[in-house]
Amino acid sequence: MNPRPARWPVRLSRAGFQFLLAAVVAGISLLVIPGSAAAQEPPYFVAYSHAMEEPGNLEFTMRNTAASPRFGNPFGSATIEMEFGTTAWWTTEFYLSGQATGNDSAIFNGFRIENRFRPLLHEHWINPVLYVEYENVNEADRSILEVVGHDSAQDVTVPNAIQRAETERSLETKLILSSNFRGWNISENFIAEKAMNEGEPAEFGYAIGISRPFALAASPRACTFCRDNFTGALELYGGLGTTDSFGWRGTSQYIGPVIAYSIPRGPTIAFSPNVGLNDNSLGVLYRFSVSYEVQQIFSHFHGASR
Amino acid sequence: MRHPSYSRAAGGATCLVGGVLALVLCAAAAGAWPAGVPESYRRTVNPSAGQPDAIAAGGRLFAEHCAQCHQPDALGKGKRPSLRSNLVQHATDGEIFWVLRNGILAHGMPSWSMLPEPSRWQIIAYLKSLGPSEDAVPAQGTRP
Repeated sequence: MNPRPARWPVRLSRAGFQFLLAAVVAGISLLVIPGSAAAQEPPYFVAYSHAMEEPGNLEFTMRNTAASPRFGNPFGSATIEMEFGTTAWWTTEFYLSGQATGNDSAIFNGFRIENRFRPLLHEHWINPVLYVEYENVNEADRSILEVVGHDSAQDVTVPNAIQRAETERSLETKLILSSNFRGWNISENFIAEKAMNEGEPAEFGYAIGISRPFALAASPRACTFCRDNFTGALELYGGLGTTDSFGWRGTSQYIGPVIAYSIPRGPTIAFSPNVGLNDNSLGVLYRFSVSYEVQQIFSHFHGASR
Repeated sequence: MRHPSYSRAAGGATCLVGGVLALVLCAAAAGAWPAGVPESYRRTVNPSAGQPDAIAAGGRLFAEHCAQCHQPDALGKGKRPSLRSNLVQHATDGEIFWVLRNGILAHGMPSWSMLPEPSRWQIIAYLKSLGPSEDAVPAQGTRP
């Protein structure tokens, strides 16, 4: 293991540079473009609720994760998400991820395609959602969009040059259970992931989220810092081992509060410091996101063609 | 003796067909608004009804979440229905609350259950303050 470095020189691969440039431009654009609408979903970074994207809406999210592990080099990861409401009960999402590691390099990691389905078309005490995702990312991925199997802090000590050579094509499924009660949302996710190009056993994980807006009723007047523009949340997530060794042993676990702020007629920004709960976990993860929802994306094209 | 892989395939196919059937049945049930609204919801009273602050707040929420589909004047467009029709304006507050909570997912109306209940009541107070549009078909003898 390398001692913690004092400096952070980063070598950029061509793809890594292009991705990071696109990510920075996308992030700045999301912050400055006016006229979006605040999405209604809880501000979780890892857990999913049963909130689906409204049909015809396209939400762009720039999701960043940074950490300075005790052993290994500091890193920053950027993931661009595009979430589209195909129907009121079917949401589809596309992800692009890249990362930069101190004393190492900046590289593009790969993509994910995900679909979420609501099998029950009415609201219930517990609302199930089925989640299916195809991942094509290399082992250097640092986005930590979920934790499964025996993912651990050791993973980030391997140089990018070695990890990027191994691409994992995997199928990930989640059972999402979500409930709303008196303004609170409680979501539980059970995760199963299987690499299709490797003979490794299936990996399991979980994520639990609880959230509530700071105010349940909207303010009658438009105001920048109204309480109803803020939402708080708490997330707990981690691995549950594999088919060969199911359980907590050798897994990493995290917990962290989330604060989200919906800028009136602007994007929603969220921040979350996540603390590792055991020795296998990275010490502290800092997560930051900016999301921007374009309502009725196709109506913009129709309008332009007139 | 039945081959195990055949058994698994048959089980999977049964689950798939069952799932599709369940979806179709749910979709059929979801289209029956407001007739399918439970009586307990139908009788629920809007605690924010007629309050100026609630109507103003509901207007803000409507502009943010509803106007893109139902238009800023709530008159709808194309397949997106007018919210100033007699069907909606003569529905009880509880019936509208039910549709905001559940949506009509099979027909494109999303669920707004993530919006807290007080906010949904504010939207309903605003909608009712708009009243029927001038070209709304006069109400028939029976309530919709």
